[in-house]
Amino acid sequence: MTSHIETQPDYNYTVVRQFTVMTIIWGIVGMSLGVLIAAQLIWPALNFETPWLTYSRLRPLHTNAVIFAFGVCALMATSFYVVQRTCQTRLFGGPLAQAVFWGWQLVILLAAITLPMGYTTSKEYAELEWPIDILIAVVWVMYAVVFFGTIVKRKTSHIYVANWFFGAFIITVAVLHIVNSAAVPVAMMKSYSVYAGAVDAMVQWWYGHNAVGFLLTAGFLGMMYYFVPKQAGRPVYSYRLSIVHFWALTSVYIWAGPHHLHYTALPDWAQSLGMVMSLILFAPSWGGMINGIMTLSGAWHKLRYDPILRFLIVSLSFYGMSTFEGPMMAIKTVNALSHYTDWTIGHVHSGALGWVAMVSIGAVYHLIPNLFGQGNMYSTKLVNVHFWLATVGTVLYIVAMWISGVMQGLMWRAVNADGTLTYSFVESLQASYPFYFVRFLGGAIFLSGMLLMAYNAYKTIVAPKGSLQPAPQPA
Amino acid sequence: MSTFWSIWITVITLTVIIGCAVILYWCAKDKMGVQEGESMGHTFDGIEELNTGLPKWWVGLFVFTIVGALVYVLMFPSFGGFGNGLLGWTSADQDIVSKQDSINRAATSTSQYQREMNKADELYGEVFKGLTHDAQGQYLPVEEVANNTEAVKVGQRLFLQNCAQCHGSDARGAKGFPNLTDNDWLYGGTGDIIKTTLMEGRKGNMPIRGLLSEEQLDKEGLTNLTSYVLSLSGRKVNAIEAQKGKELFGTCMGCHGADGKGMQALGAPNLTDNVWLYGGSRKDVETTLLHGRNGVMPAWKDILGEDKVHIIAAYVYSLSNEKE
Repeated sequence: MTSHIETQPDYNYTVVRQFTVMTIIWGIVGMSLGVLIAAQLIWPALNFETPWLTYSRLRPLHTNAVIFAFGVCALMATSFYVVQRTCQTRLFGGPLAQAVFWGWQLVILLAAITLPMGYTTSKEYAELEWPIDILIAVVWVMYAVVFFGTIVKRKTSHIYVANWFFGAFIITVAVLHIVNSAAVPVAMMKSYSVYAGAVDAMVQWWYGHNAVGFLLTAGFLGMMYYFVPKQAGRPVYSYRLSIVHFWALTSVYIWAGPHHLHYTALPDWAQSLGMVMSLILFAPSWGGMINGIMTLSGAWHKLRYDPILRFLIVSLSFYGMSTFEGPMMAIKTVNALSHYTDWTIGHVHSGALGWVAMVSIGAVYHLIPNLFGQGNMYSTKLVNVHFWLATVGTVLYIVAMWISGVMQGLMWRAVNADGTLTYSFVESLQASYPFYFVRFLGGAIFLSGMLLMAYNAYKTIVAPKGSLQPAPQPA
Repeated sequence: MSTFWSIWITVITLTVIIGCAVILYWCAKDKMGVQEGESMGHTFDGIEELNTGLPKWWVGLFVFTIVGALVYVLMFPSFGGFGNGLLGWTSADQDIVSKQDSINRAATSTSQYQREMNKADELYGEVFKGLTHDAQGQYLPVEEVANNTEAVKVGQRLFLQNCAQCHGSDARGAKGFPNLTDNDWLYGGTGDIIKTTLMEGRKGNMPIRGLLSEEQLDKEGLTNLTSYVLSLSGRKVNAIEAQKGKELFGTCMGCHGADGKGMQALGAPNLTDNVWLYGGSRKDVETTLLHGRNGVMPAWKDILGEDKVHIIAAYVYSLSNEKE
């Protein structure tokens, strides 16, 4: 592997290394916050009566940290790595790549300061106030220039499928962020959305769901399309499937937002379209899963000894599961039960832990040895332990939230013979406590795997160059 | 919605749905000049792509969702302002565009809210009527309904959904919200009075400084009056302060009575029983005296109707009175 790299063009690996290391660090920070707020739901005293440690301020910090710090660092690391290697050319823009790295770390730092202080626009996943929003837009445009500049000066005839998805993710997130964050500033850290009422809600969820669709789905599919075939050493299953599912996914996903606003003041036609487009989305979403898993045809045996490949393939299984669950939850009748319950939280985390985090972890384990001049991770055994911690943690988390969510939905709608509600809200909350504990446990187990990963990565990075080589395996 | 936007929505919707079908058809048929299952011939960092055909079951799934979507958008409102679909379904009365429309519809009992309330009445109205009325169709006294275990159970459920937000699930109240279990009543605790409180609501008002002037209730005056008020409930206070405070209390007697035992007709609390709606610490009482207090109990007759209110009144009555 190492000799292979040396024959390649002079790639910019510095920025990839930086983003890869920060992926691990922000992953630990973001997930620790998640575990803390999960614990606060069981033991409220854990906010220590301190405003900046309250659930209401740490929850947006958790979501921002895992999506925009952990997730986006992973995407920036892998997209910069993949676009160079599949275009066989160095990153475009010289120092711009460094500006993207430091600019993005500054955004994260500002989020970590302002959110606990209570500054928020109150728009979910877009809580950061307007000065930070402007910084995000600037950094994102630089990111786009570097990425697409590299595509333009590529040495290959075609553009590889991974780059289609990275490209769609970069363009759409720019549009979503700029449109949804449009606001009238009234003070340095206070602004009002330019939209009002149902329009504001629609714009917010058009943004909110496509943060899921283009950042957490399309972006990570780009990651998958490089690391799965690379790690498996197999060709991509179907080029034609890539084409259909790419175009269908990108054109349909953008419509799915209204399913967050079923049975609200949103006009009926918008709710109808949000639902049917979410249903159509089912097949294009699964196209990516099929293409990833079937790429393993003829190499299934590698799953037995390669825990990195295991991470990648299990992530695709969770991806398939949550992209089946999503369209089902978008059906209005199902949504009437699931909405506002923990089921939604379970669904999000089967995607976030099972898909996004697992595929990123697999990619990082592939990247670290390649970026730091090693043939292998310091300990494959620890990677394997991490795999099991991540899997068990995810399953505990989502199963707890499914049960608690369905239970809440049923309790809220239960009616006595006299038409009164059978349960008061407090009773449904009380019934949720055991599941909150299981969720906390699952999250803590997942987090412990991340700590193992940090140790393993550290030992790999500081080891003498070329000293770690893979154990010989059957071909 | 203007015709332009409706056309805009319709065109894009159909383009996206049909576009999915077109690209699916194209990729299912076209072999792209390469044998099925062979490599496409381009390599990216060592990765090749095969020209495998689309899985049949997956194509079937995709077609099924596309057809299903087309059927659904024809049936239900989907094309902006262009009609409500073949089924004519709407989630609300969309012809109501002004407050006046809404009032007119409510008056004719055909607004969505009213329709649903009527339906609920049809389904459950008899249950509440049966629990509160005698054979002649007259209301039973609240006290008598409170002896009916079934009625009290129903009352508790109604209480939990409508009253517990302020008075607590156990009806013990909170600061500013009366405890309903201690048989201490601001406006009176007979069945009829409880029912009136629920039906019409109450507005409790303690005026700022109890109508005293700023000079009268200066720092010293406040300390003295507070000591006197606390002494009424038998609390240990500085006797000289209390003595001076008593002189200021004259103004308070208008509502709280000469003996400080309050006046239920006005909702003026009894100050001698050591029960404190807004807290009984020296600081709390001082705050009450300085800034006054305003308490609101909403009127429930238009929200719940008389039958349900009657049952809740019986439940509340039962909390302070043993079953006979």
